[in-house]
Amino acid sequence: MNIVVCVKYVPDAQSERAFTEDNTTDREGVDGLLSELDEYAIEEALKIAEAGEGEVTVLTVGPDDAAEAVKKALQMGADKGVHILDEAIAGSDAPATSLVLAEAIKKIGSPDLVLTGMASTDGTMSVVPAMLAERLGLPQVTFASELTVEGEGVKIRRDGDSSTETIESSLPALVSVTDQINEPRYPSFKGIMAAKKKPVETWGLSDLGVDAGQVGQANAWTAVLETTKRPPREQGEVVADEGDGGTKLAEFLAAQKFV
Amino acid sequence: MFELSQDHEDFRKAVRDFAASEIEPHVAQWDKEKHFPTELVGRMGELGLFGLVVPEEYGGSAEVADGTVQSDFTALCVAIEELGYVDQSIGITLSAGVGLGINPILSFGDEEQKQTYLPDLVAGRALAGFGLTEPEAGSDAGGTRTKAVRDGDDWVINGAKSFITNSGTDITSVVTVTAKTSEGEDGRPQISAIMVPSGTDGFTVEPPYDKLGWHISDTHGLTFEDCRVPVGNLLGEEGSGFRQFLKTLDDGRIAISALALGLTRRMLDLATDYASTREAFGRPIGANQGVAFQVSDLAVMAETSRVLTYKAAWLKDEHDRGRRSMKDVKHAAAIAKLYTSEAAVSATRIATQIFGGNGFMEEYPVARFYRDAKILEIGEGTSEVQRMVIARHLGLPS
Ligand SMILES: Cc1cc2nc3c(=O)[nH]c(=O)nc-3n(C[C@H](O)[C@H](O)[C@H](O)COP(=O)(O)OP(=O)(O)OC[C@H]3O[C@@H](n4cnc5c(N)ncnc54)[C@H](O)[C@@H]3O)c2cc1C
Repeated sequence: MNIVVCVKYVPDAQSERAFTEDNTTDREGVDGLLSELDEYAIEEALKIAEAGEGEVTVLTVGPDDAAEAVKKALQMGADKGVHILDEAIAGSDAPATSLVLAEAIKKIGSPDLVLTGMASTDGTMSVVPAMLAERLGLPQVTFASELTVEGEGVKIRRDGDSSTETIESSLPALVSVTDQINEPRYPSFKGIMAAKKKPVETWGLSDLGVDAGQVGQANAWTAVLETTKRPPREQGEVVADEGDGGTKLAEFLAAQKFV
Repeated sequence: MFELSQDHEDFRKAVRDFAASEIEPHVAQWDKEKHFPTELVGRMGELGLFGLVVPEEYGGSAEVADGTVQSDFTALCVAIEELGYVDQSIGITLSAGVGLGINPILSFGDEEQKQTYLPDLVAGRALAGFGLTEPEAGSDAGGTRTKAVRDGDDWVINGAKSFITNSGTDITSVVTVTAKTSEGEDGRPQISAIMVPSGTDGFTVEPPYDKLGWHISDTHGLTFEDCRVPVGNLLGEEGSGFRQFLKTLDDGRIAISALALGLTRRMLDLATDYASTREAFGRPIGANQGVAFQVSDLAVMAETSRVLTYKAAWLKDEHDRGRRSMKDVKHAAAIAKLYTSEAAVSATRIATQIFGGNGFMEEYPVARFYRDAKILEIGEGTSEVQRMVIARHLGLPS
């Protein structure tokens, strides 16, 4: 089974994230890392590959530093990496990103399975997997919290608010996985040393036959006009219990639409 | 020269992430309940922490079949430092698990002994201890009173051991103990190391100690009453026990330095943060030189500890590659252990002071580290013993 895992290099969610002057995410001022939500997709791919035969390729679209995301995936155990690097891609929106990913996957070969995380920890739009499946003409099976390969297909569990669905799909397919699906491994020293010998290819847009006019901030369908920093958290409200604490709490929660 | 390799730094990141997610959230509770997290040991095994100095044939990553060296002792120190930054008990569990549990078997065991014990120890499915200290023999470890007498195909062991780390966990598979086996021609006792599997008749693991710190770490006294093990459980040659444990201790001292370094770095980070945010008299307490200078001292301690620890670790790796003498390692190890452990104790004193009343509260981790620091000046050779080793190296009269 050949698996391609799409991963993203994002600003560390633990640090002070910011926007640049053109209202795109500041990717220079803060430390970056492999999006934690993508680690679940990598882990799932490794488990599938380890259970049978197969090869795991990690694919990222991003600036120079995004090579770090590929490196970490290789340290975890993926077999090879592909990094799409081209200045023209900066500021791309989801449709453009999915276009670049789709062309890269076609160039890698025709994988049996494309895995992605459920969202990136910076953009959190969750739309790239669906767009990518559409562009590749693959069945899209999203938000899997359990994944099993059965014969020629896959079966997933998707947990909804009120029900749990079991969904089957033929292969090849695209599956996005949630953070409930497994516990990603940490790179071991062995993995770190092995990663140094694994092949990583770096391709530009011309290698993919994608025109610079189809991507980048200037060609995005949407633009961020303004960003405002979230105001500092306000002081919490203390509910004094005068025998009616329970009622007051319930009222508060209802007023805030928590219940 | 003054930086570790990129591989070591990448590995540091992995251990740091591991410690932050798998240990930090639980550690205060474990400490309070004196709970030994067996399951975590398994996860540390999965990450390969117990196999960093063990060749691939026993499940480790130190050397692969074709002879290329991968991880090394320096990598082990990185792991101990990063675990120790989050919790000292977990750090010593690794340090003792490898240095006292795995090392003697790896260094002195025969092939069968290695195949029997190492794979499980490396995987974190089992732990081993090393019993040297006795009620009447600590710093003077050569004064061992525990006796082992040959009887047919068995050794019969009688005696007691004190303060043995990792000796009584649910997964402890074996404890290597030193015992007098005979007297040499010069009348001096011959000390040998013998492996005693957990559960052997006549081998009693006493209830855990009530300790000042290291509450999560497993420590027991051991007693041996006509305890019989097969002669094949002797580790190495009869009479080589003294030399064996001296070698074991040299590595252990560098590992303790790494543990102390983790602690001092943590004190620096916690104190810097607190001194910058806690306000008194209308400004952050760190705006007072009286406080700021103490934080500066912490930075000096952390940096000095780092340099001494990794110089000693580098010498040890160079020794293993046949490029340095053991004498150099011994000296550097004693200097590193002495300085870093004493700095760690001072660092916790400074940090708790900066935290004021909060520093005395278990709600803040500085209090736990304050309790945990003291043992660093005692275990694997007291500060006085380190000074003795250094003085001997300098050629002072003894
Ligand atoms: C939590 C914990 C875990 C431990 N784990 C292990 C373990 O796994 N295995 C193991 O074998 N041991 C273990 N130990 C034992 C530890 O190594 C000893 O406690 C230590 O070596 C000191 O020995 P002692 O307690 O007998 O002190 P003593 O030797 O009685 O020393 C008492 C004091 O006298 C000083 N002193 C002694 N001789 C001299 C001298 N000649 N000159 C100057 N000062 C001197 C010492 O420095 C010390 O300050 C552990 C101890 C603790 C507390």
